[in-house]
Amino acid sequence: MAKIIVVTSGKGGVGKTTTAASFAAGLAMRGHKTVVIDFDVGLRNLDLIMGCERRVVFDFINVISGEANLKQALIRDKRHENLYILAASQTRDKDALNQEGVERTLNKLAEDFEYIICDSPAGIETGAIMAMYFADEALVVTNPEVSSVRDSDRVLGMLSSKTKRAKEGGEPVKEHLVVTRYAASRVGKGEMLSLDDINDILGIPLLGVIPESEKVLNASNSGMPVAMEDNADAGQAYLDLVARFLGENRPMRFTQAKKKFLDRLMGR
Amino acid sequence: MGWLDVFRSNEKKTSAQTAKERLQVVVAHRRGGGGDHPAYFPQLQQDLLAVLRKYVQVGDDAVQMEIEREGDLEVLELNITLPEDAKH
Repeated sequence: MAKIIVVTSGKGGVGKTTTAASFAAGLAMRGHKTVVIDFDVGLRNLDLIMGCERRVVFDFINVISGEANLKQALIRDKRHENLYILAASQTRDKDALNQEGVERTLNKLAEDFEYIICDSPAGIETGAIMAMYFADEALVVTNPEVSSVRDSDRVLGMLSSKTKRAKEGGEPVKEHLVVTRYAASRVGKGEMLSLDDINDILGIPLLGVIPESEKVLNASNSGMPVAMEDNADAGQAYLDLVARFLGENRPMRFTQAKKKFLDRLMGR
Repeated sequence: MGWLDVFRSNEKKTSAQTAKERLQVVVAHRRGGGGDHPAYFPQLQQDLLAVLRKYVQVGDDAVQMEIEREGDLEVLELNITLPEDAKH
């Protein structure tokens, strides 16, 4: 039975696509056949982050409208045979997404894949609701920053009222918190919300913490999900997150600031 | 806590603490009273059911209500499901 997981946040620029790409890559690296779908119609970007922008011929909207079949639109990742991408359309707008078409496509994908990752657009309009509607689980991506936390809370409200599971009264969508761009040193100085602060406010289980890292930009520059990079702190954090998602017990890393010698001496 | 913290104990609160307190207020506001629903919701739902039942036999879950907010505008969305055999 395929699992549908939405990567969502409300606010833009917090790392949804980075997270969707690395989460999907991590699942594929662990041997699970995974597809990641870009729901950001009109602002396609997942293809760039995954490094397959020159291989997009048909997209999600072409599939929904019947102009292409899934086989033509699915792009197989060159690095991992278990990983596939379904790109968003660059020319249409979000109204091209319709619930029946999305459902038909997801059902077809579910015959072939273990995990279907839906990369949500920012905002709380049609595109975001379509991305979350059929989800079984949700990764709520949050930065340790007031506007992002508030928007995440809003998205949690939508997950519990606007999704298929909510409307049909079934088991609620399982929610996971992913904190990205976390700078432990700034938290230590009281300049940034801590994991405990965010947890107190949002109250959903923490799946992973991704440190603020220059490796993320390096990876996106070269079209490589950061989880596939060797020796990248953020990539390691994503692989830990995937392991936890699959039920393993991994302690959180990169959540403590590296102490300088003088700070240790002073007990700071 | 290091020994230097003694000298820092009366510092004013950090910006992260301020952020947390502000967030707690806005989030509590949204979550208050079971999500987006105003306090009169349950009673309105009961009243609507009572009126409906003058005309049709319906179950307790026949009336579904939602509040939609669009900018300054609040829209009350009312969804009433009639039973299959509600013929006249």
